[in-house]
Amino acid sequence: MKKMLTIAQRELAGYFFSPLAYGVGAIYLLCCGIVFFHGLDAFGIPPVFETGREPTMRPLFEMMASATVVVLPLLTMRLVSEEFSSGTIETLMTAPISDAQVIIGKFLSVLGFFAILLAASLFYVILLSIYGSPDAGVTVSGYLGLLLLGGAFISVGLFTSTLTGHQLLAAILAMVILSVFTALAWAVVAFAPQPWNVIAVRFNALSYFRDFARGVFDTRGLVFFLSVAVFFLYLSIKMLESRRWR
Amino acid sequence: MIDVKNLTKWYGRVLAVDGISFHVERGSIVGFLGPNGAGKSTTLKILTCYLPATGGKVTIANHDIFTESMEVRRMLGYMPESVPLYPEMRVVEYLNFRARLRDIPGSRRQAEIDRVAERCWLSKPENMLRRRLGELSRGYKQRVGLADVLLHNPPVLVLDEPTIGLDPAQIRSMRELIQSLAGEHTVILSSHILAEVEQTCTHLIIIAGGRIAATGTPGELRDRVTGPSRIIAEVRGEDEQATVQAAKTIRGAKEIQVSSQGNWRRLLISSEQDADIRGEVFKLAGQKGWQLRELRREIGSLEDFFVQITYEQNLQAGLWKSAARA
Ligand SMILES: Nc1ncnc2c1ncn2[C@@H]1O[C@H](COP(=O)(O)OP(=O)(O)OP(=O)(O)O)[C@@H](O)[C@H]1O
Ligand SMILES: [Mg+2]
Repeated sequence: MKKMLTIAQRELAGYFFSPLAYGVGAIYLLCCGIVFFHGLDAFGIPPVFETGREPTMRPLFEMMASATVVVLPLLTMRLVSEEFSSGTIETLMTAPISDAQVIIGKFLSVLGFFAILLAASLFYVILLSIYGSPDAGVTVSGYLGLLLLGGAFISVGLFTSTLTGHQLLAAILAMVILSVFTALAWAVVAFAPQPWNVIAVRFNALSYFRDFARGVFDTRGLVFFLSVAVFFLYLSIKMLESRRWR
Repeated sequence: MIDVKNLTKWYGRVLAVDGISFHVERGSIVGFLGPNGAGKSTTLKILTCYLPATGGKVTIANHDIFTESMEVRRMLGYMPESVPLYPEMRVVEYLNFRARLRDIPGSRRQAEIDRVAERCWLSKPENMLRRRLGELSRGYKQRVGLADVLLHNPPVLVLDEPTIGLDPAQIRSMRELIQSLAGEHTVILSSHILAEVEQTCTHLIIIAGGRIAATGTPGELRDRVTGPSRIIAEVRGEDEQATVQAAKTIRGAKEIQVSSQGNWRRLLISSEQDADIRGEVFKLAGQKGWQLRELRREIGSLEDFFVQITYEQNLQAGLWKSAARA
């Protein structure tokens, strides 16, 4: 447990020295700002912060969730990949620390960084509540949903990072997998015939998230996000372990 | 302390380590020597539980490296060949991180860091510990790597080419440091440079082509090299034949070659194992009234032996491979 936190702390500190992490974080928050003040016409998203509109964070939450498909892989790609390419994996794995401690520690660090980004976006909530009174329940469940979705997506990115020493490849792989859970699942639901669209509904991460963004707490969503996270964390640990068998 | 039996490692279809066995006593310093690609790093990576072996058994202090990896790793300090470090961390942050991974309690951490910093020449320029690892020169990275290895005072140290990239003064300090570790710690280090390990190590293991070519103390190996020593003498006084005839009367002389340079006759006299017949040669020259301008005993260097033995090993491996292909 203590060693897990040691890893998490080191990784999290690493993000504060990474220009990439700053850049990605800044762009994420900037996008939030654009949706907040102007909306996104191309996607039919109205501005959140407009007189006469119901004061709700919902459109912003949905945009924040969709953007994680790109944002989180960029944050997770270096986690294990960089250890492989720089060779630090050798000193790390010959220290008395288990593979699970390494993986979960790294997972927690990105979750922490993502939580900090979410905390920064609270600025918009505060702004909204000065001029209106947004539903507190919706806001809380929206953030909870974002954290759950984030956890699931981070574990996917962490997994692809254990596959290769090339960070960019790890990021692209993660985006592909996450697109399956979002865009592909959506397209299948919308366009595919009977048996397929019913199955695809179960794998659509964004539709589970939409419930949270509406302020509806749905255990199916909770179970879905948690099982994706656990499954990919397990795969990551096995990947790291497999090095010892090859 | 360390017991290796029949260790084999295949990388896919490349055989890197081919059934090597050796034993390392507690408190000794063992030099692992071999040409590039001999399998030194591979063996060390297996000993430190980083890589799995394809076959064979390794125990460290009676713990199997495969089934009791955690116990083994707790007892080990391993410095890889390239000394990989996290560039964005400061030296002290890195050592602190490593200390926490090794379960050194918070109350003792600072003391241990100060101790290893002192020992690995990191405490000198005041701000050294505050520098970022990415900014350090090669030699300083090496020192940080070594400091990391000594942090938890492990009984077994595995150092892959610890002196590569150091300046001559540092090489000497490093050698002294390693020697000071003997007794309390068991050290395995690898190198290409025989002259260096010859002075540091109590035992040498020479490997080539994934196999052990020779083992022993530096003294034992040197004896094997020297074999029959040779005397070189340059004399003037008689023609070649007469000179050889006279030299043959020397007791202990086995084989004599002669070459001429003007009036000077250069004699190469092989002798029995330990016999030093320089005295006899000098006496003979006196009796015959020869002039003597050079008289020395030539002992084959360990370096020669090393080059020769690894050459033979490679040749054998080559033959073996071509036989397998046929
Ligand atoms: N990851 C790897 N995959 C495939 N082959 C490898 C790998 N690592 C090493 N080898 C091969 O195994 C053999 C032994 O390599 P090793 O690194 O152990 O040699 P070494 O004795 O440490 O050499 P050097 O003195 O150059 O460091 C070489 O033929 C090398 O090409
Ligand atoms: Mg090597």
